[in-house]
Amino acid sequence: MSALRILVPVKRVIDYAVKPRVNKAQTAVETAGVKHSMNPFDELSVEEAVRIREKKSYPGGVEDILAFSCGPPKAQDILRTAMAMGADRGIHVEVSEKDEVEPLGVAKLLKAVVEKEKSNLVVLGKQSIDDDSGQTGQILAGLLGWGQATQASKVTFEGDKVLVEKEVDGGTDVVRAKLPMIITTDLRLNEPRYASLPNIMKAKKKKIEKVSVQDLGVDVTKRLKTLKVIEPPPRQGGGKVEDVDGMIKKLKELGSI
Amino acid sequence: MAAARSLRSLATRPVLRLGFEARVPLSAFQRRNASSKHPKGFVPPTSEELSELRERVQEFTRREITEEVAAGTDKSNSFPNEMWQKLGDAGFLGITADEDVGGLGMGYQAHCVVMEEISRASGSIGLSYAAHSQLCVNQLQLNGSPEQKRRFLPGLIAGTKIGALAMSESGAGSDVVSMRTTAKAVDGGYILNGTKMWITNGPDADFIVVYAKTEPDKGSKGITAFIVQKEFEGFSCARKLDKMGMRGSNTGELVFDGVFVPKENVLGEINRGVKVLMEGLDIERLVLSAGPLGIMQAALDVALPFTHQRKQFGIPIAHNQLIQGKLADMYTKLQASRSYTYDTARKVDEIGQIRTQDCAGAILYAAERATECALDCIQLLGGMGYVEEMPASRLLRDAKLYEIGAGTSEVRRMVLGRAFNKEYSSYSS
Repeated sequence: MSALRILVPVKRVIDYAVKPRVNKAQTAVETAGVKHSMNPFDELSVEEAVRIREKKSYPGGVEDILAFSCGPPKAQDILRTAMAMGADRGIHVEVSEKDEVEPLGVAKLLKAVVEKEKSNLVVLGKQSIDDDSGQTGQILAGLLGWGQATQASKVTFEGDKVLVEKEVDGGTDVVRAKLPMIITTDLRLNEPRYASLPNIMKAKKKKIEKVSVQDLGVDVTKRLKTLKVIEPPPRQGGGKVEDVDGMIKKLKELGSI
Repeated sequence: MAAARSLRSLATRPVLRLGFEARVPLSAFQRRNASSKHPKGFVPPTSEELSELRERVQEFTRREITEEVAAGTDKSNSFPNEMWQKLGDAGFLGITADEDVGGLGMGYQAHCVVMEEISRASGSIGLSYAAHSQLCVNQLQLNGSPEQKRRFLPGLIAGTKIGALAMSESGAGSDVVSMRTTAKAVDGGYILNGTKMWITNGPDADFIVVYAKTEPDKGSKGITAFIVQKEFEGFSCARKLDKMGMRGSNTGELVFDGVFVPKENVLGEINRGVKVLMEGLDIERLVLSAGPLGIMQAALDVALPFTHQRKQFGIPIAHNQLIQGKLADMYTKLQASRSYTYDTARKVDEIGQIRTQDCAGAILYAAERATECALDCIQLLGGMGYVEEMPASRLLRDAKLYEIGAGTSEVRRMVLGRAFNKEYSSYSS
């Protein structure tokens, strides 16, 4: 049984506590001067990868945890955070701030990295909180022809098999898969650690490899065109009804029943 | 409230530092202080490193010191003791200490950043944090023998041990030299007798730096610092004080009833305790001045969204000029105080210049502005400011402490005045 070589993609996104605003030209969300941090779902992936190593839950052990990020130069901060949390090294595909890469493009880059680094487990956040596409993991699985287990709430190992639980309405959906595979993470999987100051200091000594899209020989041309970005309409306040009869009457009025 | 300890004897303050720069070549001055207040091999942090540090602390506080934790700590009147371990794990407890005992050796600007951000999340957790990491840890860092550092600092920095500093007594606050706690020399050590009052972390502390008179007749020249360990026989905490604010920071009255302290636990030289005390004082004031900065920021964190959300007469109240004026004043007070604190800290880190009047001035100014900002915050929130479901009243109660604890505003003004008197002494003769 060979040891795990885990690839953990992380994305730099607008911090979850920031209220996003549409820019004046209505072409995108305003990112200038806005606090950014690691996509919260990606924190879960890093944490899970580090826990698999620390808890020795995979019998073959963990040989390498590689954090990957595709983004502007500042994406390096996110890679440093991942390394301070426990990733061994980082790989940064630099693109300019305005050239957002679509999920298909990111998946192609990841495929190239998986092949170059001989990764056998990719743990991704189920979605990033900026565009909420929720596609990269699945597309990557398709491109690689690997098994996938999405929205993981628990990951365990049974010999060389991986058991992944997903919470669904009214129960738990359990899938078993063989390595190599793709896992995407959901909120209840774990509670990510924060990067401690001493570990941040140590992370500064870890290596970030910089590669370009061309180095990986991938075409990331956009296939979608954004026409216009607008704020969602403000929520209308609801009405109150006195009792059940009142509610039924109201629902009938609205034509719902 | 590491003690209303400020005056720490104006009479005995070493006069050298005051108005010193004028007469001594700057380079000599710099080297002296840079080497004595920082760990070996200290390199001042860059502004990028400091802003990264600030982000890291914010990352910590929003997970671990949420508004619920801050409000709960205030209501329950008790510090959440599991926080020590978390602060230790995050690496916040030894910001100024040597790296080989677990510290970060990052200096005083960094310590101010951490103090400000923790205080922004919770004033009382910030205060306890400062009592531990500055008054106790840094005191040991500056004055402990290598052996004492090895014994005490790793636990304190990891967060498995809690630290405090005990100086004030019920009859000796600003006039610290009038303390009545005594230490009598016996075979192998000293016997301590007396009580200490208003001791932050006192009820929880494992290691306490205690000042006592080894030569009661010699006034300031007869005081010695000791490290008392919780398990020493005869040591106890008589009661936990019920305070107006900073309620999450445990404050106690400590009793020393024939406590034997071995001579290995004497901190610094015998009868030179006032030196230990004075040396740390400037820097303590400086780091503590970041506490009111955090409270002012917290006041803005509450008031800005509220005044932009709350509508009266069809517009957000923040669009009225009277409200704009208040917000502008709060912000300006915060930024001016912040500049004063960080400029003073930067000079300590970068050129080793510790100016007594600026350390006292920074906390004097920030503390009074923080109380004003907290009052304005209450006013801006109107009815919501006067109820406990919003944090505004807690901010006010917490802010007031900094005008009293670790030296009153009056004493700080006196320190500044004395610095001028010293500098201009030739004019008055």
